Amino acid sequence: MREMIISELSQAMHELARGFAHYLPRLIVMLILAFAGWAIAYVAKVLLRSILRLIQFDRLSENAGAAQLLTKAALPSATEVVSRFVFWIVWLGFVLLGVSVLGIMGLQEQIGKFFYFLPRLFVAMFILFVGLLAASFFSRAALLAAVNANVPSPRVLSLAIRSIIIVFVLSIVFEELGIAEQTMLVAFGIGFGALMLGLAIAFGFGGRDLAQRFLEQRFVRAKKDENEDEFSPL
Amino acid sequence: MAEDSFLTDDLLRQLINVGEVDILVGLPTHNNAKTIGSIVQTIQSGILRWFPRERAVIINADGGSRDGTPELVTGASIDDVRRGSNPYALRTLHSISTKYANSPAAPVAFRTILAAAELLQAKACVVMSPESSSVEDEWISKLLRPVRNDGFDLVAPTYRRHKFEGLLITNLLYPVTRALYGVRLREPYAQEFGFSGRLGGEFLTQNVWDDGSPGDGIELRFTLAAITTQHRMCQCFLGQKDHVEQRGADLVPALRQTVGPLFSALEPDFPFWSAVSGSQPLPTLGPEHEVLLDLVRVNRKRLREMFATGVAELAAVFQSILSPDTLAELQRIALLEENDFEYPAELWVKTVYEFAASYHKSVISRDHIIQALAPLFRGRALAFITEHRNGSAEDVENSIEALCLEFERLKPYLLEIWKSRE
Repeated sequence: MREMIISELSQAMHELARGFAHYLPRLIVMLILAFAGWAIAYVAKVLLRSILRLIQFDRLSENAGAAQLLTKAALPSATEVVSRFVFWIVWLGFVLLGVSVLGIMGLQEQIGKFFYFLPRLFVAMFILFVGLLAASFFSRAALLAAVNANVPSPRVLSLAIRSIIIVFVLSIVFEELGIAEQTMLVAFGIGFGALMLGLAIAFGFGGRDLAQRFLEQRFVRAKKDENEDEFSPL
Repeated sequence: MAEDSFLTDDLLRQLINVGEVDILVGLPTHNNAKTIGSIVQTIQSGILRWFPRERAVIINADGGSRDGTPELVTGASIDDVRRGSNPYALRTLHSISTKYANSPAAPVAFRTILAAAELLQAKACVVMSPESSSVEDEWISKLLRPVRNDGFDLVAPTYRRHKFEGLLITNLLYPVTRALYGVRLREPYAQEFGFSGRLGGEFLTQNVWDDGSPGDGIELRFTLAAITTQHRMCQCFLGQKDHVEQRGADLVPALRQTVGPLFSALEPDFPFWSAVSGSQPLPTLGPEHEVLLDLVRVNRKRLREMFATGVAELAAVFQSILSPDTLAELQRIALLEENDFEYPAELWVKTVYEFAASYHKSVISRDHIIQALAPLFRGRALAFITEHRNGSAEDVENSIEALCLEFERLKPYLLEIWKSRE
């Protein structure tokens, strides 16, 4: 009995040692990959940070309105956020590569999905950034044009343009990420339709006086103002 | 002959037929049928009267007119003018019209005129506005003689204006040009001016045509180029300035045509203007300015309203452009009543300089910076009009002079913020 137990234990120990000997090189490879990944990710972060500072990415994100969002969320500057994001993505990529070397069943498929998802994530982030930039640019252009044309409530007009562009961009971003595509499509349709309907109703009823004033200023007062001498600036 | 390829084959053929000339009159047009006939006749009359023995040509650079403007230029008969002025004129006066594009583009029109002048080896050139309803044949002489006889390279005009006309020039362009470039040039943005073939040829070779800077305001760039390359300049009093569409003039396009190119030129010209201190007067033929004091009604309430709305609604935009102190001061004066309204010279100078520095650094879109200046300029115009409602010509002139000195005094402030925002 005793010998049998010892024999089983010995066999188990051998199995464990063989298993360990089988996995040890893979574990070492994984650790090497994780360490090398960390070093590469760190270098990538430093390089990217320098490049972003050189191209004044913070100012660009300020123009896009992204900097304000980050400040509200108590996050560091856009340059820092992007650099850190790239660091974690690169390192995580290496760590997952190392994990895949271990050959653990079930994880392989998930890791493959992650690498398949990465390009879409980057594209989505790019679309989001460019979208925010466009929203900021066009809303400011509308605001300036409205102020200089003496249109009533210029900020409302500007905000409406910004909101429409952001909603549109977010719907594209979610579609790109493949997150609840159908839900987002329906939500976007409902949201956009409601916004347009709301604007139409608001302009028709709530803004009746505003519309009247606007049209009067445009077509009645404009003539009167022209008659009151306004000098050529040049 | 560097600009040969820029000109169309048809224009080149016509220019070759003309041969060399002494005088070239450039006429950029776009749908100016209302005025162009009389202007061409005035030009012809001026040439026959004042330069009867010179070889002369009128070059009309048209931006795709659809009202028959080019036909009016080439069809204007010189015989009527000849009978009425100088029957002994010996030379032939050529009129050439060329369509450079289907839509107007001032730089292309001006480049066409300069290229033609270089090809024809014109000694003296003059550009005339196609809109001016008050042009006289004597203007041709006044703008060309200093070039022909006295060796000047640029002759800028001065005009008789109402005290509230051209406020963008008197309150911004003239003082800024004077303070930064050190030259007391009353009309830096001239629609009529004379220049030597030498200056025109040099400007053609400058890198201003494809540098991505604002298309309009090429006349201002030309004037600034004459200053920075230290060509001989003078001013000449022409008389009353009047435009056909004067009342419809819009502020934002005017700012784009003038302030945009001025701010844009400050970058390449930095080594020049940063080394200049004080300002020097220019030789002037005739009075430097004349002011009309007719009583006029101005909608001050609307100006104040647009200024106050602009300051309130564009606060977020101004935060990117102006310093906190300047913005706070603007927000304070935006609350003032119409009759108590004032926009102090120092505050206006700081506003303009901070806009120039922000334009240099492109803190936001450059066109947005120029547009954002419009409501503030309205505030400054309101303050000027309020201050000089009953003012004499001398009061107005003293006020402009004081503003110029303020711009000169605060020039170190511009240098400081220009560098600090690098």
